[in-house]
Amino acid sequence: MSTLASVVEGRPATGPRAARGARRGRRRGQGWVAWLFAAPAIVAYTLFVLVPLVRTVQYSFYEWDGIGPSPWVGFDNYVRVFTDPELSGTIVNAFQLIVFFSGIPVLFGLAIAATIRRIATSRLAAVARVVLFVPQVIPLVAAGITWSWLMASDGLVNQLLSAIGLGGVTRAWLGDFATALPAVGVIGAWVLLGLCTLLLLAGMSKIDPALYEAARIDGAGPLREFFSITVPSLRQEIGVCVTVTVIAALASFDIIYIATQGGPGNTTMVPGLEIYYQAFVERQVGVASALAVVLVVLVLVCVLPIQRLTREQS
Amino acid sequence: MRRHSYRRTALGLVVLAATLASACGGPGESGPQSTDTAAALTEKPTCGKEPVTMSAYFETGFPMPKALTDKFSAQFPNVKWEVREDQFAVITQNAPRVLADDPPDLMRLPQVSELVKDNLLKNLDGYAKVFGWDSWPASQLEQLRMKPGGGARGEGSLFAMGLNFSVTGVLYNKTLAERIGMTSAPTTLAEFDDALAKAKQANITPIVQFNGGATGGFAFPLQNLMASFGEPGPINDWIFQKPGATIDTLSNQKAAQHLADWIKAGYFDRDANAMDYAKMMSKFQAGEGLFMFNGDWESGNLDKQMPGKVGFFPFPAEKGDKVAAMSAPLTFGIAANAKHADCAAFFLDWVATNADAREIAVAVGGSHPMGPADAPMPEVKKGTVTAETLAAGAAISQDNGAMDFIANATGAIYAKSWTPQLQKLFAGEQTADGLLKSVQSDYEDQVGS
Repeated sequence: MSTLASVVEGRPATGPRAARGARRGRRRGQGWVAWLFAAPAIVAYTLFVLVPLVRTVQYSFYEWDGIGPSPWVGFDNYVRVFTDPELSGTIVNAFQLIVFFSGIPVLFGLAIAATIRRIATSRLAAVARVVLFVPQVIPLVAAGITWSWLMASDGLVNQLLSAIGLGGVTRAWLGDFATALPAVGVIGAWVLLGLCTLLLLAGMSKIDPALYEAARIDGAGPLREFFSITVPSLRQEIGVCVTVTVIAALASFDIIYIATQGGPGNTTMVPGLEIYYQAFVERQVGVASALAVVLVVLVLVCVLPIQRLTREQS
Repeated sequence: MRRHSYRRTALGLVVLAATLASACGGPGESGPQSTDTAAALTEKPTCGKEPVTMSAYFETGFPMPKALTDKFSAQFPNVKWEVREDQFAVITQNAPRVLADDPPDLMRLPQVSELVKDNLLKNLDGYAKVFGWDSWPASQLEQLRMKPGGGARGEGSLFAMGLNFSVTGVLYNKTLAERIGMTSAPTTLAEFDDALAKAKQANITPIVQFNGGATGGFAFPLQNLMASFGEPGPINDWIFQKPGATIDTLSNQKAAQHLADWIKAGYFDRDANAMDYAKMMSKFQAGEGLFMFNGDWESGNLDKQMPGKVGFFPFPAEKGDKVAAMSAPLTFGIAANAKHADCAAFFLDWVATNADAREIAVAVGGSHPMGPADAPMPEVKKGTVTAETLAAGAAISQDNGAMDFIANATGAIYAKSWTPQLQKLFAGEQTADGLLKSVQSDYEDQVGS
């Protein structure tokens, strides 16, 4: 007993402290194991996200054609981003796109999701869900080409307009200086509407039906139900929708690249596309990097407040 | 919780600092060594007798280079080709990186000046001398010459070669031409204008031309008009970046104004600003336009798709005398650090001089082969587009009327200046005068930097 006791209790310093020490040791060991498990992800993240990010910041202070020598130019590239109307104009275009990429999908998505929920048991609801989600499944390239045919001067859009007596407003929508940006916006709205609707529908399914029942007993109509129960309960989902779509608008590239490539006359040029042109066509890697850094900051500045707003009360 | 996020932040900072430290100093200082002077050769290089695998980088959608390498391998069985293909736009964007990191033995090239500036291309002077390329008509290779290390194009060392040289002009739909009573190709600008007006009256779209996206196809009619009102020399000087050259000349102003008048008269398909090259081709092939400004790279295709229905003529001069047109070699080069440069040079010489190869240049490529002026020409069926483009190519080199394309003046001038300005001109948001002034000012910025 005594020998055993001395073995168990005597060797280590004292009872409770020893136990704490052992626990801490174990925790430290577990910590290392945890890091080990995280290591592959950390390595990949560092290699493919952090290093390129840091490199981009670094390149933004040089004038470089991608191959030859690169003189240090300080903040000149950033000055150019804000003073060259060709570059700063792209940022303005991106903000205009937010209306189409975020505004339309979220507002329409809410209305559509509420409607689908009300007719949830009918077959129409299933059909509507599929139809709305199809744009997410179709490759964007195919969608872009289809839309450019639809919006051509002899395309379906103009045929419909002529059929209802609006022949006077028909035009090549993607080729017209006044309508190209809204036309691209419509394509974006079409793509993102399905995503938002689906997200909001999923959110609605977790709202307690008793709430609606109570509201109905209190005499609330469908509109009142929508604004007093549905919208407040969907705070988080709306937050996700707005975040995703605002990023899609600010960092847009693919839709524009396929539909207009920034034309006509730069009216649909957005930062993402301009970065690509600067880096690979003009070979101004420094300017491209500076614009990329500005874009990252811009996205963060727009998205962080949205995250805060929608999270606070949950 | 708090401690974890601190730790995470700390780790993040350490990683950032480490990457920053390792990335100190400007990027890209260790470029390939300059190969300013070409090694002098005493005898013609060959591909030898040992098995050799050539790495090549070609353009997707154009079967001629592949047809040539296949034929070459049939004649020289020790040579195998490892061919990689991409769209031309992709090649243009990747050219410097590919030439630096993974130097191909033979590569389809965009405009060479920036590549020469970065010492990425092999100086071909030695090969030119030993193979006798120097004795070919000078205009064939003029566009590929440059002073080593940069400067104006058009003179100096040879940095690339052509597989053939293409000619641009006007393609027309013969069926529609008959409907407006046009029985032969117009020979003066006035005759061409007359055909446009007649087509418009007959409710036929006079010109189907792409001008959408990042490639303003109105540069084709504009440059043709420039050469119609003026001389090709000053236009080439501008493209080659000769000191003091300007695009804003009196005859070019007339040309731009004439183009603006065509736009105002409604001679172009009204979708032009939303039309890309592929859409233009499908419209022309569907018979939805009388004229199309394009090049002989489509002649083989059109002979197959619309046999006997399409004609070609070089754009007529204002007074109908000398003919000038954009005409450029289908440019291929050898990377500065290519492993099998000698064999690639031998191949380039074979393409221009071997009878089978010249046959392929015409039959598959649809364009005039490179080589000495008196080299035998392959037989071509009369009345085809190919026959007409070959004849035009011969006429243009006789009149010394070959021009490079105004879109090739600098790397960015097409996408960032000509295209948006021509789109504005079509939309009525820019004047003819303003167009030239704006492009000239962009040009000075780019050449100066």
